[in-house]
Amino acid sequence: MEFTRRGALAVGAGVAATLMLPVRGAMAAADDMIAEFTGGASVGDSGITLTTPEIAENGNTVPIEVDAPGAVSILVLASGNPTPDVATFNFGPLAGAQRASTRIRLAGTQDVVAVAKMADGSFVQARNTVKVTIGGCGG
Amino acid sequence: MASGVKPRVKAPKKASAGESVVIKTLISHKMESGQRKDSDGNVIPRSIINRFTCDYNGQNIIDVALAPAISTNPYFEFEATIPEAGEMKFTWYDDDGSVYETAKTVEIG
Repeated sequence: MEFTRRGALAVGAGVAATLMLPVRGAMAAADDMIAEFTGGASVGDSGITLTTPEIAENGNTVPIEVDAPGAVSILVLASGNPTPDVATFNFGPLAGAQRASTRIRLAGTQDVVAVAKMADGSFVQARNTVKVTIGGCGG
Repeated sequence: MASGVKPRVKAPKKASAGESVVIKTLISHKMESGQRKDSDGNVIPRSIINRFTCDYNGQNIIDVALAPAISTNPYFEFEATIPEAGEMKFTWYDDDGSVYETAKTVEIG
C-alpha cells in the first residue's frame, strides 16, 4: 500500500475520533440525565455550591459537598464515570439545611455536576473539575 | 450482603426546640459497583445499598438514592431540624432486599 499524506491524515483522524467516542458517550449520558431531571427546563448557575477537592489522589473516596438553600432535591453526576449517576438527595420537611456531604468514586479526571431543583420549580447547576491521580473503578 | 453490615450514627442527645443539628452516618458495606472483575476475568455482580432515608417522628429529613459511584462504607452528613423530643430513624436499603435500621432518641434541653 502506498503511504500518502492524505491517507495518513485520514487514518489519524479516524483513530482520534475512535478514542474520543467513549468520552463523548459518557458526557452525552450525563447531559441526558440532566435533561431527564430538569424536563428540559433552563438551568441557572447561582444558588448552588458544590465543594470538591481540586486534586483527588484516590478516586475511590472523593469527599464532596452540595449546598443549595431552598432546594427540594439535588442530583449529583460524574460525567466521566462508566455510569454518570452518583446520588440524588431529596430533602424532607425536617431538613435543617439543604446541604449534604458524602464520598464518591471517580474513574478519572472529570467534571462533577450537581443540579438542584428549587422549591419554585426552577433548576440550578454547579460544575467542578476534579483531577484524579488513581481512578476508582477497579478494572 | 447480610454479614458485617454495621450502621453507625453520630447525632446529638440533646437539642433545643427548633434547632438545626448536624447528623453524621456511616454504614460498613463493600458497595460492589458491578464494574470490577475477579482474577478469572468474570464481572463481580453489583451489590450496593441503593437507598438511605432518615425520618424524625415519622417526618422525612432526607431521602438519598445511591448509585454504584458512592464509595465503600457510605458516609452521609446532613442537617436536621428538631421540633420536639422524639426518635430519629435511619434506614438503609440493600440491593439484595435487606434493610438495615438504627434509631437515636433526641431530648429537648
